[in-house]
Amino acid sequence: MTKPRIKIATTSLAGCFGCHMSFLDMDERLVTLFERVEFNCSPFTDIKQCEPCDIGLIEGGVCNAENVQVLRTFRANCTTLIAVGACAINGGVPAMRNYFDLQDCLREVYLTGTGVTNPQIPNDIELPLLLDKVYPVSGVVPIDYYLPGCPPSADEFLQMLEPLLTGKKPLLQKLHLHYD
Amino acid sequence: MEQSNPSPPTTRRIAIDPITRVEGHGKITLLLDADNHIQEARLHIVEFRGFEKFIQGRPYWEVPFFVQRLCGICPVSHQLAAAKAVDQLTGIRQLTPSATKLRRLLHFGQILQSHALHFFHLSSPDFLFGFGSNPAQRNIAGVLEKYPEIALKGVKLRKYGQQIIQAITGKRIHGTGTVPGGMNKPLSIAERDALLADITDILQWSQEALALNEHIHTAHPEHHHFATLPSNYLSMTGASGELEFYHGGLRARYADGNNIFDQFDYCDYQQILREEVRPWSYMKFPYLSALGIEQGWYRVGPLARINNCNMISTPLAEAARQRFKAFGQGKFVHHTLAYHWARMIEALHCAEAIDELLHDPEITGTELIAEKGQHQPQGIGVIEAPRGTLFHHYQINEEGLVTKANLMVSTTSNNQAMNESVRSVANQYLDGQEITEALLNHLEVAVRAYDPCLSCATHALGKMPLQVTLQDVNGKVIDQLTKGMSGEIHR
Ligand code: SF4
Repeated sequence: MTKPRIKIATTSLAGCFGCHMSFLDMDERLVTLFERVEFNCSPFTDIKQCEPCDIGLIEGGVCNAENVQVLRTFRANCTTLIAVGACAINGGVPAMRNYFDLQDCLREVYLTGTGVTNPQIPNDIELPLLLDKVYPVSGVVPIDYYLPGCPPSADEFLQMLEPLLTGKKPLLQKLHLHYD
Repeated sequence: MEQSNPSPPTTRRIAIDPITRVEGHGKITLLLDADNHIQEARLHIVEFRGFEKFIQGRPYWEVPFFVQRLCGICPVSHQLAAAKAVDQLTGIRQLTPSATKLRRLLHFGQILQSHALHFFHLSSPDFLFGFGSNPAQRNIAGVLEKYPEIALKGVKLRKYGQQIIQAITGKRIHGTGTVPGGMNKPLSIAERDALLADITDILQWSQEALALNEHIHTAHPEHHHFATLPSNYLSMTGASGELEFYHGGLRARYADGNNIFDQFDYCDYQQILREEVRPWSYMKFPYLSALGIEQGWYRVGPLARINNCNMISTPLAEAARQRFKAFGQGKFVHHTLAYHWARMIEALHCAEAIDELLHDPEITGTELIAEKGQHQPQGIGVIEAPRGTLFHHYQINEEGLVTKANLMVSTTSNNQAMNESVRSVANQYLDGQEITEALLNHLEVAVRAYDPCLSCATHALGKMPLQVTLQDVNGKVIDQLTKGMSGEIHR
C-alpha cells in the first residue's frame, strides 16, 4: 500500500501570484513532490473550496471581505497554516494603499483617471466589500509558520515543506530568511 | 456557497467562483430564466488595488520594481514597460546595443515561460482530458501523471524561460535588471554558455508544443465554433509590420483585416483609446475611441499579434504562421481557442530569437548605460506582454516624484472579448440545459483561452474565482450553482 498523500491547499488573497509561481519553480522536482503530496483547493486545481487538509499555504494579505472569509475557511480546514511571502506576512506592496484613503484610490482609478468614460465607482453586489486597509493574514487568524521572501524561492518552499511532510518542525536556515 | 431558493423562481443566478487555473481573482455569473435560458452572462473582476494612487509621491526610479509586483506571472513585462517609460523620463532616446539586446532577451525569456506555463500548467488539462473530464484529475499533477512526456517538456520550457530571467535579473521572479537608460549587469560568458547548452532541446520542445496545439485545433472542428468572435485586433508591430514584442508602432485592424490605423506612435495612445467603467467589475472596458463603445472593443494577445503581423523574422515560426494563415484561408482567424495555437507559434519564435541573441557577441557586452538627457515631465512605455499590449504612463514633478500614473494592462483590453466569449459559450452550451460541472468548465475554458491575468487587470491582488448564479428579473438572487470541494455542483 502506498502511503496516503499529504494534502496541501493554497490560495492567493491580495497577492500577485508570484509566490504561487515560485512554487512551480520546483520544475522537475514537482514530479517527486506529487508522489507525496496532493493539491486540494488551489488555483492550480479545479477544487474550489477548501476541504480538511494537512497544510495550507496563504499568499497575499487581506484586502476585502471575501479574503477574510477564505482565510477563515483555510484556518478551519488546515492543520498547519503557513503565511507565504511579504504580502501575507505584512501586507507587501498592496498595503501601500494604507497610506491613502480608500475612496481616493477608487476616485483616482474610476473617476479622475486618464481616458475614463462613464466615470463611476463600481459598486455591484457581486463585488466583495473592500476593507479600509490591507491587513497581514496574522491580523485575521492565527498562523503557524511564516515563509518570508518576495517571493520565497522554490528551494525555500521545499525547505519549509520537507520537515512538515515527515512530521517535523521546519526551521529555515538564516541564509533563506530574506525579504526581497 | 449555497443560497436559499426563494419561490417562485423567475430567474436563477449561477456563479462560478473562483475561476481556477487562471491568474487573478474573478467570477462568472449567469442569469437564467425558469426554462434555463440565459438572460445574461458576465465575467466580474472582484479585486481592486489602486496602484495609480499609491504610486503617487514615490521616486520614479522605484517604479519598475513596485509595478512588477502587480503580477508574478509576467513581472518582467511590467518592469520593462515601466523601464521604457523611465528612459523617457530621464530623456534617454536610445539604449546601447548590448542593453537593448539584454532587455529583448529578458523579454523573450519571459514570454516563453509565461506561454509554457499558460498552456501546460493551466490549460492543457482541458485539451488532454476533455472539457468535461473528471475535475479531480484536471490539473498539472494529473497531466504529469498521465502524460509525463508532454508535461515534463512543458515544465522544462517554462524553466528555461525562468533561467534566462534569473541570469539577467538575479531572481526568477521580481528581480532587478533595468536602470534608467540601460541595464545594471552584463550577461557573463559563463551564464551565456550555460543557456546555450540547452537551446537545442528548447527549440525541439517548442516545435513539439506547437505541433500539439496545431493538431488539437485543426483536428477538432468543434473548437472552431467555441466562443468564436469576429473582432477588431490591436497589437504592436515592427517597422515592416513584423511580429514584435519589445518596440514598435501600434496597429489596429478590423475583423475583415482592413486597417483601422498602423504604425501609430504609442506615446499618443490617449488619442485612440478610452476606457469605460461599468458598475459590476473593477476591470475597465477599453475601446478604440474612433469606433465608439459599441463597435470599438478589440482583442489583444497572441491571436491579435499573429493575425495582425505580416511576417515573423525567424524561419520556423514564420513557417508556422503561414500554416496558420492557410488554415484561415488568408483571412483573420477569429477562433478563440486558436489563441493557444497562436501562443505556441510565439513560443517557438521566442526560442528561435533566444538562440539568435545568445549567438550574438554583443549580448555579453558591458556597455550598458546610455548618456542621460534632459529630464522630461512624462514617460510612456508600451510593450507586447505575453497577454497583449501593455501601456504604462507616468508623470513626475521637478523632484522626480510621481504625480500621476495610468496603466492599461493586457487583460483589461480583452475584458469585453472575455465577456462576449462567456456569453457565447453560455448560449451555445448551457442555454436550456440542466447545468452541470462539466458545462460550467466550458465557461472557464473560454476565459482561459485569453490567459487572463486578473491581478494585473485590477492592479489588484489575487485570484480569479468561478461561480455561476441566477437571479430574478429584479436582480434578486434565486439560485446559485457552485463547484464544490471536489468539483461537484452545489445548488
Ligand atoms: S510576496 Fe511578492 S511574490 Fe508573493 S504575492 Fe506578494 S508581491 Fe507577489
